[in-house]
Amino acid sequence: MNMNDQTFRVESPMAEFLRMERMPHIWCPGCGIGTVVNSFAEAVKKSNIDMDKLAVVSGIGCTGRVAGYVKLDSLHTTHGRAIPVATGLKLANPELKVVVVSGDGDLFGIGGNHFIHAARRNMDIVVICVNNFTYGMTGGQLTPTTPQTANASTTPYGNYEYPFSLPFLADACGATYVARWTSLHARNITKSIREAFNHKGFSFIEVIAPCTTLYQRRNRLGDGLDALNYYKEEAEVGQEIDTRDVGIDFQSEIRMGRFVKRDKPTYYEAVNERYANVLGDDYQLYGMSKPEREEKARREAEERIRMQALLEEEEARLLAEDIGTDEEGV
Amino acid sequence: MRKSAADPKGVLSGSHFLDGDHALAEGALAAGCRFFAGYPITPSTETAERFAERCPAVGGLFIQMEDEIASVAALIGAAWGGQKVMTVTSGPGFSLMMENIGLAVMTETPMVIANVQRAGPSTGLPTLPAQQDMMQVRWGSQGDYRVIALCPDSPQECFDLAVEAFNLSETYRVPTFIMTDETVGHMHEKVVIPPADQIGVVGRNWYQGPKADYRPYQFTGKDVAPMVKAGDGYRFHITGLTHDERGYPNLTVEQNEKVVTHLIEKIDSNADRIIRLDEDEIEGAEVVVISYGITSRIASRAVQLAREAGIKTGSLRLITIWPFAEKRIAELAGKIKGFVVPEINYGQMVREVERSAAGQCKVVGVGHCGGAVHDPEEILAAIQEAAK
Amino acid sequence: MHEVRFSGFGGQGIVRCALITGKALAMYDDKYATMTQSFGPEARGGACSSQLVVSESRVQYPYVTEPGVLVALSQDAYNKYEPQLRDGGILIYEENLVKPIGDTGRTQVYPAPVTRFAEELGNRLFANLVTLGVFTAITRIVTPDAMKKALPGLVPDRFLPVNIKAFDRGYEYGLELLERHPLARGVAP
Ligand SMILES: Cc1ncc(C[n+]2csc(CCOP(=O)(O)OP(=O)(O)O)c2C)c(N)n1
Ligand code: SF4
Ligand SMILES: [Mg+2]
Repeated sequence: MNMNDQTFRVESPMAEFLRMERMPHIWCPGCGIGTVVNSFAEAVKKSNIDMDKLAVVSGIGCTGRVAGYVKLDSLHTTHGRAIPVATGLKLANPELKVVVVSGDGDLFGIGGNHFIHAARRNMDIVVICVNNFTYGMTGGQLTPTTPQTANASTTPYGNYEYPFSLPFLADACGATYVARWTSLHARNITKSIREAFNHKGFSFIEVIAPCTTLYQRRNRLGDGLDALNYYKEEAEVGQEIDTRDVGIDFQSEIRMGRFVKRDKPTYYEAVNERYANVLGDDYQLYGMSKPEREEKARREAEERIRMQALLEEEEARLLAEDIGTDEEGV
Repeated sequence: MRKSAADPKGVLSGSHFLDGDHALAEGALAAGCRFFAGYPITPSTETAERFAERCPAVGGLFIQMEDEIASVAALIGAAWGGQKVMTVTSGPGFSLMMENIGLAVMTETPMVIANVQRAGPSTGLPTLPAQQDMMQVRWGSQGDYRVIALCPDSPQECFDLAVEAFNLSETYRVPTFIMTDETVGHMHEKVVIPPADQIGVVGRNWYQGPKADYRPYQFTGKDVAPMVKAGDGYRFHITGLTHDERGYPNLTVEQNEKVVTHLIEKIDSNADRIIRLDEDEIEGAEVVVISYGITSRIASRAVQLAREAGIKTGSLRLITIWPFAEKRIAELAGKIKGFVVPEINYGQMVREVERSAAGQCKVVGVGHCGGAVHDPEEILAAIQEAAK
Repeated sequence: MHEVRFSGFGGQGIVRCALITGKALAMYDDKYATMTQSFGPEARGGACSSQLVVSESRVQYPYVTEPGVLVALSQDAYNKYEPQLRDGGILIYEENLVKPIGDTGRTQVYPAPVTRFAEELGNRLFANLVTLGVFTAITRIVTPDAMKKALPGLVPDRFLPVNIKAFDRGYEYGLELLERHPLARGVAP
């Protein structure tokens, strides 16, 4: 390790958040995954949450490596299985905030079934998908989100399959918070992550991001900057957008924003309520009595209200600064 | 293994008339298991159902997952969330579990998995017994590793071995299996559950040093590092990739050798401590019948008939299947005419016996297709052949 | 040692019969009892059966091979399992649902109108308890006391009294039958 590395590791503003001893990371120049990690770190810092109570779970893929770099309790699991591991972690230790960060192939190809069921249960976890429309780690194959006509190594003549529209899928499955941004919109991502931290229930954030080495190159779309230019041209924030209308065609319009935010008891709350109703005082999950459970719920609700106020202040500040939002350019 | 008394809350002390599946759930609760993730499959479902019914009042949680892949994934999450965890399955579900069993092996995550074996391949005979997954449990996930597997022969032993499985799993940080079968799973017998203070339970070995010094792994090949749980500020990392003591990926051949020899040696070097056998009239025997699970009870009738016919027949019941009792079998092989190995498959554990006997005596396998137990006469004929 | 088979069609409480008897023996009569049942497609419709092996010492071989007692509550079950009943064995059957065929002298037969008795008590669902009463009286493998103790947990609480009544009705009838046709050698095979 040379001196520069050493200094970088100690002095980096990210040192508190990343396992600096694991730097440099494996991601290619221009890859969109780094942006998401930065926004995530920013969200953690801004929301002031206890990092000891925050855990990250990833599957396998380039994005799956995120768990290995964050200085948090972190589990790098098997391909597609981050969500059920997160489910177990959250249920075994409900005071944790559990965040899944993984790729489009991981979460919606091999892991699709787990996603829809966690959303259906309103499992209280945050799922962040870096959607680069491809299997990055294995060399640019087709994923369930690859737009039609796009070229992938396994659709060398262009894709003919129908892709998933992820916000629509999440919404239909019961997710109670759904947002989409592109990697150009770092501050919006940060804000969404903060909102998701503060949201009770299954939160899904899709981040459209470039895989420069494979998807961009194979489709002759240029480098990372070209991708950001595309987002700048074609990504559009809207209010009250119906998730049925947010499908993405090859290199065409990307509709973004917070599409869904609704209140619904989480899996854990539903379990508690059901058992407490039927079993009364006999019910003591992990030894917690009814008054203790109620006290905990009250504290959490207070905390959520406090955070919400902070978020709103921040929102006002953002607006004032930008006269609009990030899509006008950073 | 340092044991303490079981938490009385989970222990249903007293006599019961239970089937093996229900006894498994009681054993898990007595051992302190408070998290169960599962997916229904005959003939194992009753265990999940009983856990679901019992857990709320005991302070535990049951979740029915979307499949068996997710079940084992959830166990890994919950184990690192601080709980003792279990799932059960059979045939097709066991195949789906293999992927994350590998992750549990690699991350040294304690968990107990029961396979109530039914006849395969594939969906096979869902409601009928078999012992066809004995090698799958040993080799089923990719890579080189060891696990522990136990074979109960009765509902009582389902209870006892469930407790034992948790104890072993915590001691060696390894997925531990209960390889039972449809017959034992669905057979009802008296099950005596002792008072909590007479049930020895190995608790999680929690790390107690300074936070900065915590290492989730030590590759000594003898014992395992203590554990921590998410949320306690250790900021641990685990991965299925080859890793160093900190749990960070280290993708080199040298590191892989360290990790894999540790995974193997932590079991092999403790085999004598782990292995439990049930021996009967071995001294002076000409023939020894080696069997496990339900087949031991079928074989006992053949053993009795052989003894009545004047053949000195001993019986060796493998309570622990993996690690395999190769030392004891090698020792006996030098003293007897032959081993007889009945099992409800066409020859799985018999190969291990052959390997261990290493040509010192005859080894006569008695294969049987899945779906039914042996006719004791078949086993008797094999004993007669071995005695020749 | 005794080997007992209960048989009938799905829904008659065949498995429950063996469960109650097994529990009574294992927990209250200080015997060893192993109960097995036929699962699967076999158990849905058609003949369904449950088995008990009862012994003074630990039961090793768990299956019934040559039952000395057969309880048959349906014609299918009778057709399927009667041939396996050992010579001189006890056959108890539902007299309105089963027509014995062939050589009835091979075994000791005890017909009983268990469904009718159950209906008299309010519901044919109680036929299995009437049957157990008859079974207990005739075979004397298990004590009536133990049988009654075994009921809680295996029949719904609110039906406990009527189930006990059903058992008693069967038991009385069994004693009457026994008076008319005492068992050869006085004990169950
Ligand atoms: C069971 C299994 N099948 C296949 C693979 C190989 N594999 C590793 S990463 C990956 C694709 C990851 O794609 P995505 O989730 O989109 O992540 P990205 O690399 O694009 O960030 C695949 C197929 C694997 N690790 N496990
Ligand atoms: S291959 Fe693609 S997704 Fe993977 S690091 Fe490189 S640019 Fe990112
Ligand atoms: Mg991808």
